Amino acid sequence: MYELTFVLTRNDKEAMKAAIKTEVQHCYHCGDECIDELIWVHDKAFCCAGCKTVYELLEENNLCTYYSLEQNPGITGKQLVAETRFAYLDDAGVEAQLISFRNDSICKLTFYIPQMHCSSCIWLLENLFKLNTGISQSTVNFLRKEVSLTYFHEKTPLREVVELLARIGYEPAITLADTDGKKASKQSRDIIYKLGIAGFCFGNVMLLAFPDYLAVTENLQRRFGSFFGYLSMLLSLPVFFYSARGFFTSAIEGVKQRLINIDMPIATGLLALFSVSLYQIITGTGPGYLDSFTGLVFFMLIGKYFQQKTYDTLSFDRDYTSYFPVSITVLKDNREEASVAVRNLKVGDRIRIRNQELVPADAILMQGSAMIDYSFVTGESEPIEKVVGEVIYAGARQVGESIELEVVKEVSQGYLTQLWNNTVFSKSEEQSVGSYANIAGKWFIIVTLLVAAGALAYWVPRDMNMAMKAFTSVLIIACPCALSLATPFVHGHTLRVFGKNKFYLKNTAVVETLAKIDTIVFDKTGTLTEPSAAEINYTGKTLIPTQEQSVKSVLRHSTHPLSQRIFQHLPGNTSDVQHFQEVAGKGLVGEVEGQLVRVGSASYLGVTDDKVKDTLKTTVYVSIDGVVLGYYTFFNVYRSGLKDILLDLNDKKLAVLSGDNNHEEARLQELLGREAELNFNQSPVQKLEFIQRLKNDHHQVLMVGDGLNDAGALRQSDAGIALTNSITNFSPSCDAILDATAFDKLSKFLSFSKKTMNIILATFAVSLIYNVIGLTLAIQGLFSPIVSAILMPISSLSVIVFATLSVKFAAKRAGL
Amino acid sequence: MIIIFLLIGISVTVASGFLGGFLWAVRSGQFDDDYTPAVRMLFENEVTISNDKTEAQEAK
Repeated sequence: MYELTFVLTRNDKEAMKAAIKTEVQHCYHCGDECIDELIWVHDKAFCCAGCKTVYELLEENNLCTYYSLEQNPGITGKQLVAETRFAYLDDAGVEAQLISFRNDSICKLTFYIPQMHCSSCIWLLENLFKLNTGISQSTVNFLRKEVSLTYFHEKTPLREVVELLARIGYEPAITLADTDGKKASKQSRDIIYKLGIAGFCFGNVMLLAFPDYLAVTENLQRRFGSFFGYLSMLLSLPVFFYSARGFFTSAIEGVKQRLINIDMPIATGLLALFSVSLYQIITGTGPGYLDSFTGLVFFMLIGKYFQQKTYDTLSFDRDYTSYFPVSITVLKDNREEASVAVRNLKVGDRIRIRNQELVPADAILMQGSAMIDYSFVTGESEPIEKVVGEVIYAGARQVGESIELEVVKEVSQGYLTQLWNNTVFSKSEEQSVGSYANIAGKWFIIVTLLVAAGALAYWVPRDMNMAMKAFTSVLIIACPCALSLATPFVHGHTLRVFGKNKFYLKNTAVVETLAKIDTIVFDKTGTLTEPSAAEINYTGKTLIPTQEQSVKSVLRHSTHPLSQRIFQHLPGNTSDVQHFQEVAGKGLVGEVEGQLVRVGSASYLGVTDDKVKDTLKTTVYVSIDGVVLGYYTFFNVYRSGLKDILLDLNDKKLAVLSGDNNHEEARLQELLGREAELNFNQSPVQKLEFIQRLKNDHHQVLMVGDGLNDAGALRQSDAGIALTNSITNFSPSCDAILDATAFDKLSKFLSFSKKTMNIILATFAVSLIYNVIGLTLAIQGLFSPIVSAILMPISSLSVIVFATLSVKFAAKRAGL
Repeated sequence: MIIIFLLIGISVTVASGFLGGFLWAVRSGQFDDDYTPAVRMLFENEVTISNDKTEAQEAK
């Protein structure tokens, strides 16, 4: 039991008055409603001192353009950052890891700033030099939310730069991953170089080959033929040795692994094409096929480029280091605070975690009242209360006062982080061998070689010259360029269709994986359930409207998420509350029209344990004038459309993995059907092992999860989808990111990816028609450079057009 | 007809110039960020009116 105390500070009174009496003003800086405070400066309203300070700083430096570019562009200054937090940046080691370039006078580095959201942000961040003369230049990449800074380290140390950014609301996200030394790899420009060179050579070779196509220019061809030939040869050398290199290396890789992939017949075709052309030009026996050769490489590179261009502004490969802080406050024996790199934390260290800071290692709570927000880990948004002596796992965020903890496990050995020691995280992703294109490629090369051998066998006794010609022509025409274009274009367009519907795939190969899925595993909290909503049920003596109103009035003054939810749930208006007090983590008390209203946990209201039913559920008790009337229970709210999705997916095996207890088991079983496997109280490693077991049984597993605790399962599964409320915010490493608002389309996405596989088959058929026409000509020895020059581009283009149109049409029909 | 050697020589040289220009542009990172420069160019001369157009683009 807790003693009742009535503490009412002046601040509270003023806050209440401000809230009740003024009409709602919007903060000039951040656009939030000014509820708790209202500050007037220069006839402009501000919601808090933080916002006002930023405004004054900008005003002083003539940077008010910030406010004219966009309405209320600022980031709320309510959560003031303790500037001592950046003390670790004074450490030369940390600084060296963050900086990308340094000489005697300047340093260059790039920060990720997640708060960046509008053109005002770009403007202000690019005008940082006006705020601090030590910063010489800052350039924003808006899509990546990055700012590249150049500063004079003599004049302004790194810490001051970061503090300045934090002060104006753009605190850079400096995480453990930044200090790992593995700088995010710059997107590869190789493909663009290759494409540019191939395009250039293709155009020029085509021009030189033109006289050969027409009878009128025969005279020209006779006189300049060899000059044109040698020039084309020179132009196609970079295409052969640079642009087309990828196809050859991939084919060789395949052979090394005793596999035949789609690049094998392509490489054979290209090689045949190039060597026949060289032979013809050098011996003067013909003009060669160099126009077809360069054209082919150019078209196929377009396919590659199309396939590669995905959502490189989204991060699909984050691990826990992207979320953990670089350093933490450690308390020494003499209670002195020192900032220590998280990697150097040892078992037994005492650490201090302030409001909104992340616990980096499993630790025991030693002092303070902890309200732990595990949303990072489990997706559960409601803070959980912990008492002294309890273990708090890494990844938890403290909400409220600062607490002291003692580390019990090193960072890399923690409950959550040991996931990453699992082998699934160490092996790189393999080339998918079973893809349609590779299977088709295998058959292609077998048939081609058979036909070529047949042609050889037929012509050798009759005409040796014809035999060589037919043999090489077969190899050339069999080059499955159209086939190799089909997959990238169909998948590429599917990727874009999905992207439009807020479903972002890591790469085009994921489409094919999704089409083969037969088992779907869901995480419960935050995935099947809506993290920000809960159904509220009241049990006990019915409250009369005036009582409900009193309860609502008291709840109004609490920011606790549970209070907020009941507040929104209750009807009616609010009245004045006197002697309001909130006991953190326990409950609220206040006087409304002479009645003493208390709302809070069972222990706070003195309800004894044996009377507490439904211990597994979250409950909030209510008492008026000391009499306990009843309690509110919270149920998870399942995402809208969940029923329909599950109905659509009933041809697949379904399962649920929950880190939570099993109080929702009955409801879930009803939703998912009898066959569905439900597992509760699962640790991150258990989740991973569950997926492993399914895969061992030859299931194609799709995992849908949202928290860091699903990271192992997402990685282990064939396809892992991370569900997120804001795509730039947080997502563990995965194959696809699904915006929570598009969750109801999940079954549509799966069935659509299946459809695209049919489209690919149809596209294969289209490309085969050309191959058959070409082959018929080739074995008769009628294949000539002009036939090749016409047939190849037409087949490539028609495949591209067919793939594009059919995906668009299918998407329209599927309602995507 | 000998002029053809010269003409082709010139055409290939000019085309190589463009290719070089393209490669330089890729190398200097001009193809890396295709959004921010478009916004940045509107900042010159201290803009005073609110920019509805870019705002609509953000919303996407």
